[in-house]
Amino acid sequence: MSKQRAAVLGTGQTHHKAKRPDVSMAGLCREAIDRAMLDAQVEWKDIDAVVVGKAPDLFEGVMMPELYLADALGAVGKPLLRVHTAGSVGGATAIVASSLVQSGVHERVLAVAWEKQSESNAMWALSIPVPFNMPVGAGAGGYFAPHVRSYIRRSGAPQHIGSLVAVKDRRNGAKNPYAHLHQPDITLEQVQASQMLWDPIRYDETCPSSDGAAAIVIGSENAAAACANPGWIHATAMRSEPTTFAGRDQVNPQAGRDAAASLWKQAGITDPLRQIDAAEIYVPFSWFEPMWLENLGFAAEGEGWKLTEAGETEIGGKLPVNASGGVLSSNPIGASGMLRFLEAARQVMGRAEEHQVDGARTAMGHAYGGGSQFFSMWVVGAARPE
Amino acid sequence: MADVAVVAFAQAPQERHTSGTTNGVEALVPVFEQLYAATGLTNRDIGFWCSGSSDYLSGRAFSFISALDAIGTFPPITESHVEADGAWALYEAWLKIKTGEVDTAIAYGFGKSSAGLLRRTLALQLDPYTVAPLWPDSISIAGLQARLGLDAGLWSERDMADVAVRSRRDAETNPNAQLQGSKDADELLAEPYFADPLRKHDCAPVTDGAAAIVLASAERAAEFTERPALITGIAHRIESSHLGGRDLTSSPSAAAAGAAAGVDGSRFDVAELHAPFTHQELILRSALGLDGDVRINPSGGPLAGNPMFAGGLTRIGEAANRIMSGEAGRALAHATSGPALQHNLVCVMEAAR
Repeated sequence: MSKQRAAVLGTGQTHHKAKRPDVSMAGLCREAIDRAMLDAQVEWKDIDAVVVGKAPDLFEGVMMPELYLADALGAVGKPLLRVHTAGSVGGATAIVASSLVQSGVHERVLAVAWEKQSESNAMWALSIPVPFNMPVGAGAGGYFAPHVRSYIRRSGAPQHIGSLVAVKDRRNGAKNPYAHLHQPDITLEQVQASQMLWDPIRYDETCPSSDGAAAIVIGSENAAAACANPGWIHATAMRSEPTTFAGRDQVNPQAGRDAAASLWKQAGITDPLRQIDAAEIYVPFSWFEPMWLENLGFAAEGEGWKLTEAGETEIGGKLPVNASGGVLSSNPIGASGMLRFLEAARQVMGRAEEHQVDGARTAMGHAYGGGSQFFSMWVVGAARPE
Repeated sequence: MADVAVVAFAQAPQERHTSGTTNGVEALVPVFEQLYAATGLTNRDIGFWCSGSSDYLSGRAFSFISALDAIGTFPPITESHVEADGAWALYEAWLKIKTGEVDTAIAYGFGKSSAGLLRRTLALQLDPYTVAPLWPDSISIAGLQARLGLDAGLWSERDMADVAVRSRRDAETNPNAQLQGSKDADELLAEPYFADPLRKHDCAPVTDGAAAIVLASAERAAEFTERPALITGIAHRIESSHLGGRDLTSSPSAAAAGAAAGVDGSRFDVAELHAPFTHQELILRSALGLDGDVRINPSGGPLAGNPMFAGGLTRIGEAANRIMSGEAGRALAHATSGPALQHNLVCVMEAAR
C-alpha cells in the first residue's frame, strides 16, 4: 500500500523579533498564514484541515491555545490537530500535515507553527522540577555546553569552528528580511570577543529568543498540478529516544542517526553530501552545525568541522547549511523547526530570494528537541518523486 | 489506503487521587503490559507511538517526555505527541497506518487531574486576553450551557438526572469505574445545586488515569484478536472559541464530524459518548441522531470516571471492546476537547468481516 504524493504549495513566515507587541498570538499566526496562502494561491475554501504546532503551553501561559485560536487559524468547521514534540515540533507538525495528504484523507492542509515568547518567560517555563529528575537549572545553553565540549574533545576540532558558523549564519540572516538578527558585517574577531556564556558557547554563538510564526500549505498531487513549482516531499522521518540512560551518546544520538538513515533510504539518497543541494539544520548553538553534519551522515564522525572550516557550508559551498540564517538568526522555538522545513522547500521551489542557493533541486530540513532526543526531518525536491 | 482496526484496549483504574506522579509512567506501565499480553506484541514490534497529554495538567513544560520511560525508547522509536486527548493521538496513529508506513501503532493518553484544581486549570483554555482573566471555570461554563437548554425547553433537570442514574448504575459492571451505583432521580433532584443548574451528579468526577489502544492494519489485525474493530470512519471538527458566538445548546461540530465519519442514520448497537456533563450527552445524542434504540455508555461513561486526556480515548476503547467481545456489530465512539464541547471527534467501528 503506497503513499499518495504530497508537495509544498506555498510557505509564509512572520518578521521575527524579540517582541511583537503589535500583534496578538492570533495576529502573529495569521501573518504567517496569510503569506503562505498567498504564496500557495489558495483560499480558505481550499483548506481541508489545519495542523498547528508549538512548544510548551507555559511559554505563553495559555492551555492548548489552538482552542482559542480556532477562529484566527481558519479552522472553524474543520479538523484542527495540535502537535507538541518539544523543539522538533515545527518539523513534526509539517510531517503530520504531510500524512494527512499522503494518507489520502485530505487534498490541502495548512500547517502552522508559532511561539510568542514575549508573552511569558521561557526560562521560568523550563525550570519547573520534574519528578525523579535531577534539575539542571542551567537553561538550554548550560545543558548543551557539556555536549559541545565533549564533541570538541572527541573530534579535535579547533576552537574557532563555532565562531565560523556564527559568522556565516548571521551574514546569511542579513539576506533574509524575515530574520530576527541582521548582522551583515559581523566578523570572526567580534564573535570570538563576545562574552562567554556557557564555556565554550559565546553570546554571538547563541540563538536569540524570538516571537514568530511559520506556515506551510501542503497539497496532493492533484493540488500540486495547479502550482508552477511545488516542493515535492520525498521523505519524512521522526525518531525519539530517552533523555538520559547509562551509555547514551548525547553528542551523536542514535535517534538522529536512525532518522537520517531512514530519510536517505526513503529518498533514494546514497551520498547526502553530493546529492543534497541545501540543508536547513537546527543549529541553536553554533557548534551544533558540525555535530549534526556528522549525525546526519554528511560527514564521517569527527570530520564535520572540516566542512565548516573549509567554507563548504557557506552559500556556494558543497553543502550550503542554513542559507536563511537558521536558528542562530531567528528562534521562535515552536516555529523554528518548521522554518527549517519551510526554508528547505523555498530553496527547491526557487523562492528563497536573496538567500537562494543557485540550482537547488533537492534540500533537507531538520529539527531536534528535548535533550537532543527528538528528531524530525524531511527531504524536498523540485522533481516529482518516483 | 490501508484500512485500520482497533485490536486491543487497556486502561488504568479510574481513581479520584492516585499516589503516582504527573509523569504518567506509573499508570502506563501496567496498561502497556496488558496490551502486550493481549496481542503478543512487544514494545519493539510497534511501528508508531502517539500520546495525548497536557503540560498544564502536569503543571510543567514537556510533561510527555517522562511518559516515554513507560515504553522503553532505546533503541529509538518513531513517536509523536498531541497536546490533546489521546483520541487525537489515535487519529494521528490512524493516519500513520493509512499512509502504509507502518502496520501497528499504539495511541495512549494520560492525566493526573487531581494534581491541581481541575476546573480552574481548564479556565486557562479560554481567550487569554479577554475571557480567561475573568476565571470562568469549566463547571460554570457548563452550567451556562445547561441553563440555556433548560430555558429553551430542550431538556429538563430530570432528563439530566436520568442520564446520571443510568450511567452510574451501568458502571457497576465496569471494574475500572471510579463511581458506581446511583440513587434514583427523585433523590438526586432533592440534592442542592453545585453550580446552578448543575448538581454534583451532573458533573463528571475528577479522575486520574491512563488508557492505550493498539491499532493494526486490517491485513494484520486478525493476528492479534479474533474480532478486530475495524475503523470505518473517523473525523473531527472544531467550533469557534467565542462562547457567545456559538449556539451552545447544539453541537454542529459533532454533527459534522459524525457525517464525515459515516454517521448516516443507520443503526448503531452501542455508542460511547465523551460527555463530562449530563446535559452534554443530550446535546450529543441529538447532534449524532442517536435514538432510544442505541445503548449509550454501557461502561458508565465519563460520569462514572473521566481521566483527563485519556477519557476520549477510553470511549473509543470501550466501544471497540463491545465489538471485539461480540456484543456489538457496529459502534460509535466520541471524544471532546475544549470548553462546552468546542472540539469533537467521532469514530465509527464495525466488526471486521
